[in-house]
Amino acid sequence: MCLAIPAKVLSIEGYQAEAEIAGVTRQISLRLTPEVKVGDWVLLHTGYAINVIDEDAAKETLKLLEEMCEVY
Amino acid sequence: MKFIDEYCNVELSQRLVERIRHKSAREVRLMEFCGGHTHAILRYGIRQLLPPTVEMLSGPGCPVCVTANADLDKAIALSGLPGVILASFGDMLRIPGSYSSLQKAKAEGADIRIVYSAMDALRLARENPHRSIIFLGIGFEATAPTIAASILEAEGERIDNYYVFSIHKLCPPVIRALLQSGEVKLDGIVCPGHVSAIIGSQPYEFIAKEYGIACAVAGFEPLDILLSIDMLLAQIESGKPEVEIAYRRGVRPEGNLRAQEIMGQVFETCPATWRGIGEVPQSGLRLRQEYQRFDTEKAFYVDPGPPREARGCLCGDILRGVKWPSDCRLFGQVCTPEHPVGPCMVSSEGSCAAYYQYQSHEAALSK
Amino acid sequence: MKSTEDRILLAHGSGGRLSHELVQKSLVPSWSNPVLNRLDDAAVFKLSGRLAFTTDSYVVSPIFFPGGDIGKLSICGTVNDLAMCGAQPLYFSVALIIEEGFRLAELERIVTSIKEATEEAGVEIVTGDTKVVPRGSADKLFINTAGVGLIPEGVDISGSNARPGDKILLSGTIGEHGLAVMSQRESLEFKIPIQSDCAPLNKLVVDMLAASPEIHCLRDPTRGGLATTLNELATQSKVGMRIDEENIPLQEAVRATCELLGFDPLYVANEGKLVAILPPTDAERVLNQMRQNCYGREGAIIGEVVEQHPGRVVMRTRLGTSRLIDMLSGDLLPRIC
Repeated sequence: MCLAIPAKVLSIEGYQAEAEIAGVTRQISLRLTPEVKVGDWVLLHTGYAINVIDEDAAKETLKLLEEMCEVY
Repeated sequence: MKFIDEYCNVELSQRLVERIRHKSAREVRLMEFCGGHTHAILRYGIRQLLPPTVEMLSGPGCPVCVTANADLDKAIALSGLPGVILASFGDMLRIPGSYSSLQKAKAEGADIRIVYSAMDALRLARENPHRSIIFLGIGFEATAPTIAASILEAEGERIDNYYVFSIHKLCPPVIRALLQSGEVKLDGIVCPGHVSAIIGSQPYEFIAKEYGIACAVAGFEPLDILLSIDMLLAQIESGKPEVEIAYRRGVRPEGNLRAQEIMGQVFETCPATWRGIGEVPQSGLRLRQEYQRFDTEKAFYVDPGPPREARGCLCGDILRGVKWPSDCRLFGQVCTPEHPVGPCMVSSEGSCAAYYQYQSHEAALSK
Repeated sequence: MKSTEDRILLAHGSGGRLSHELVQKSLVPSWSNPVLNRLDDAAVFKLSGRLAFTTDSYVVSPIFFPGGDIGKLSICGTVNDLAMCGAQPLYFSVALIIEEGFRLAELERIVTSIKEATEEAGVEIVTGDTKVVPRGSADKLFINTAGVGLIPEGVDISGSNARPGDKILLSGTIGEHGLAVMSQRESLEFKIPIQSDCAPLNKLVVDMLAASPEIHCLRDPTRGGLATTLNELATQSKVGMRIDEENIPLQEAVRATCELLGFDPLYVANEGKLVAILPPTDAERVLNQMRQNCYGREGAIIGEVVEQHPGRVVMRTRLGTSRLIDMLSGDLLPRIC
């Protein structure tokens, strides 16, 4: 597999960005996700944002889970 | 941590487990393809939560484990060339090849640096203009685009001492090879999460259509994995296999098009040899003609000698899911995490390492 | 190039005038005490009672890291080894192996840091040695320290004393030292808001022993982390251990760094934490006492000793499942998969 964790983009300069996870920061590359804006959350894998996290989908999944489990 | 903690919710996990238990009528055999899932399932003890009707099999989705000895030997030989700095992800260091490991080569004087990112390898190239930096390009579709991007960066900056030894592998072709062999009977597959962040869910369609096997793309937190299992059970029960996404915050059906484009710009598919599985067509990536000057294969020549497999090691069969680690005579005796014979005992995602922990755990609890 | 006076030369270790100058100008004044100041071939002092004696070598790279340096570490590490036997550390030796070309200014920083650590721990450096090796024969600076301490009457602490029913206490959050050092060492390029927890724990131990002299085991979970230490104790005492993931204190930044690099914080080194194993009747009292001390503020009861599965440590995960916690095997290497 590939270890990737959600990181928040703090600032952007060209393809370079500064991202943060719980106070830990690193320069990351946006080569694979040029659409990223400051404040977006990305999936960070080996220093590259491999995808933008879809915050709406994240909420919907949790809502779906709540509904699915209502009777249990 | 945001987007992680919500999916570790204990109460919701328990309710989802209840639902799965309730739902699970007949015996099913599921494979978590990805080593990351194997690791997470062990880490959270998810097997203990599942009903006995749900059997989980580990697949060949650990890039380190499936690297063939011939490739590993070549990497070790490359690290010994004069003027070379070999940059590698930490995962590869302890993996035993035919004769040595990168860790041993380092102890013998090879300049091997552990990096977290291809960006860091590129920085080594900038900082050491008189050395050749060889980056050991392992990993599946999640990692390959990052390395393709580093090659584009090197090209843009006219860095001429950066090389990539590409032993990347692709997931869908090997899943096809596994299913085609007919060796393993599966009802459902938990598809990799971060590979799918790049390739999307569409490349797995053939699994459902041609083989009638249920598919769900999963993330790596407990709720992600449990949700994918719930989806698989529903598909199996209804007799309508398809490809669902249980990890929608990270994976879209079409994947990351930009990343696919960059990967396709730099790499082309080629046959690749997988440990235990052999040569699988279209399952590897090599640098395209236009980027050959970054290709280790073109720039350096090494002859590490013929590869050989450790006698008695069943890693290959275990990677195909046809043997259990406990079937291996070396397992737990000669081959332990301290003295690994095969890669599946080294990698924290390896089936043998996972099973070693699991077995000792069962033994501990039964006493 | 800066002038040569700024750097350690081979001649500083030759035994001649420069050696004497180094010892008398740079080391002795800083660490001054009556026993050391005599500068005889051996330290001469009186001690009577049950003694604890230990030695350790410090080769950490880089020598300066967030929250400490090799000097502070070389004192705290040896202080803690003595304290984990219940001893009150007293007299220390310090031997420096310096690489030719090492900056004098950096040496002075480390000498000062050693002095501060000895003052905090209340120990005296009574003897020492200095060697200089040619460039490339050592990585900047290696330090060996040895120490003796006195064990008070009635204290019997050993790794083989854990008994079923005992509680397992941990003095605070784990994983900081290992990550603080690694963030500087590997070319990982992370900015990590984590300081090494490097600290002398002898006064914490005194406080804990005052609350209960019945403490069975003490150990500092250094290299190999908490997991390895618990396994050592379980093996040595031939007992099993059960710990609760939820109760193990962890800084959020440590957790995040571990997630990023694929580490398990249970295996990351600490230099200012201790594990204590003691009868359940005394656990709360010792915990309360521990929390009064600045190095035990985030202390917690993390588990208990059991009769079952001797030599094995089992952790209850957040999900209520259980997982075997093995010793660390191999090096802790950052991974991507």
